Amino acid sequence: MMKARSLFTSVYFWLTCLLILTALIMVACGGTATTEAPPPEEPTEAPAPAEPTEAPPVEEPGSIVISNWDAYMPEDLLDNFTAETGIEVELALHATNEEIVGKLVASEGRGFDVVFVSGQFAEALNNQGLLAELDHSQIPNIENLYPEAGEMAFDPGNKISVPYTWGTTGLCYRSDLIDFEPGSWYDLLQPVDELVGKTTMLATDRWLLLPGQKALGYSANTTDPDELAEVRDILIEAKKTLLAYDDTTFYSKLVSGEASLVEAWDGWCNYGIYENPDIKFVVPNEGSDLWSDTMVILNASENKEAAHAFINYVLRPEVGAWVVENILYKVPSKAVMDQIDPELIDLFPNLGMTPAELVALDALQDVGDAQQLYSETVTEILASE
Amino acid sequence: MKEKLAQRLILLGPGLTWLAIFLLIPLLLIFVYSLFQRGTYGGVVFDFTLRNYERLISSLVLRIFLNSLWIALVTTVLALLLGYPAAYFIATSPARWRTPLLVLIILPFWTSYLIRTYAWIVLLNREGLVSRLLLSIGIIDQPLQLLYNDIAIIIGLLYGYLPFMVLPLYASIERLNPELREASADLGATPVKTFLTVTLPLTLTGVITGAIFVFVPSLGNFFVPELLGGGQRIMIGNLITNQFLKARDWPYGSAMAFVLMALIMLVLLFQARMANRSQVESMDAG
Repeated sequence: MMKARSLFTSVYFWLTCLLILTALIMVACGGTATTEAPPPEEPTEAPAPAEPTEAPPVEEPGSIVISNWDAYMPEDLLDNFTAETGIEVELALHATNEEIVGKLVASEGRGFDVVFVSGQFAEALNNQGLLAELDHSQIPNIENLYPEAGEMAFDPGNKISVPYTWGTTGLCYRSDLIDFEPGSWYDLLQPVDELVGKTTMLATDRWLLLPGQKALGYSANTTDPDELAEVRDILIEAKKTLLAYDDTTFYSKLVSGEASLVEAWDGWCNYGIYENPDIKFVVPNEGSDLWSDTMVILNASENKEAAHAFINYVLRPEVGAWVVENILYKVPSKAVMDQIDPELIDLFPNLGMTPAELVALDALQDVGDAQQLYSETVTEILASE
Repeated sequence: MKEKLAQRLILLGPGLTWLAIFLLIPLLLIFVYSLFQRGTYGGVVFDFTLRNYERLISSLVLRIFLNSLWIALVTTVLALLLGYPAAYFIATSPARWRTPLLVLIILPFWTSYLIRTYAWIVLLNREGLVSRLLLSIGIIDQPLQLLYNDIAIIIGLLYGYLPFMVLPLYASIERLNPELREASADLGATPVKTFLTVTLPLTLTGVITGAIFVFVPSLGNFFVPELLGGGQRIMIGNLITNQFLKARDWPYGSAMAFVLMALIMLVLLFQARMANRSQVESMDAG
């Protein structure tokens, strides 16, 4: 009988097993990049370099590498930019701020020219000495920004970052499934009976803590351990009533009716509204954060001129308007927002929030060493029963 | 003798080089990182400290670790209970059916585990297929919440790693001489007794190998708890990922990863010894 051993008992079989195991582990590890992002639509690649543009406006256009969130700019934006300037753009994607910051810290900023990150992370990167100081003479379109967009606490004067979008975090809800109008963070933290098990909160550190911080009247940037302990306690209680922590699919949970009230970024709530007009967005009366996703240029960039040209291009009023129409986020530029069709703002009312309304909120800043305290607080909340 | 040495080098060389570059060096790097202090924005500041290891001894880390251990253990036991009959069935079916059946077991690997995990969300959520089906045939009258708890995590892990249990079990059951079972029956043993005293002990290698193939990746998995657990359950894999991606505390994450790997190494050593012993035993028996 021993002679009848099949292939499956042989060494090859075990090798195959091991190979599959290895592959699986690699997939699992590589998975981080995609866990939080919707499937990549189509990585925009620069068109074939075979035929150079007839009259390149820049002497030596060269090429740049940028990194952005998936589906966070119009699909044709890069192609249009290349067609006009001759500068070729390679697009990399990151799922989270933390991911791209980790990459940049590990590589000392090499490998990218322009990166899209939230303001507090731009501040952190700059504190590491990884960012180039911006030359405003090469970004004349920066004039189009609201004055308020140059005064955000993470980078007054736009020395190292230019805001791409801005907005806030609030409650996104199904007005047809809830018989009252939510207006307080406590509607989320201490939900009425009908809403227990039908709420979600954001899973990323700063936004996971935000509802607790604002409900208790603290700053979204607090580093006081006692305040954070109170925040932790109220959030541990809130966790018992949650459906899930969710950063990426909360709006589809609203659409399906799995959830009725979720903590959401204004722009993401718009994706829900797009699919179901009964979905509404409100900024709670206790206040919220002001976040801004910015464009920064790396110090290690070897083509800073092209990088500046890219930022300048994105700041053009018509390009900005195209961005708003595509991703349904606010762009902090009067020239852009004036172009937006009022009907679009009727459909997605949070697009109409004014700069004055936004800057009244807490602009998110980097918390430096207190990040450790933030993470510990979050871990304690997540590990609680 | 010289020829033999050359042959060995040629056979082992590529594998060893691969392991050295992609396993040993990163492992060393992790160990080195774990002995220094964190930079404010990630990275490592080269001031020697043992504090990262001291911090591991906290009730919070221990609780998360025990919870992960529990989930991995339950997954492994369930995988064994489901996997053994399946492997037994395949191994004892007619020879021409075995290969197609095994291919079916391996088939899910052709799609990313991550995507298959998302599929479970579609199936199990309150407005999902399972809940709606049960509602429509009247078994339940309220939508059923199957997601976002420990059970959902275990389902996800069990589903993903079950083939790792079936394959080694199949290998060891298939290798078993059926005459042994016949002899046992001839001598008056009931089928249950035959199974417990003949089949099971002789396939113990497969059981242990399969258990470890399921247990180890279950323990370290972090995206299944995030997706199917709704992020409300934190496993040791999540904790380590968070140190690198969120807390910007590479040394602490390294210390955790290093201790976890050391523990897994111990388990693997144990498995190797058991495998050796039972091989010797089965040789004696043969």
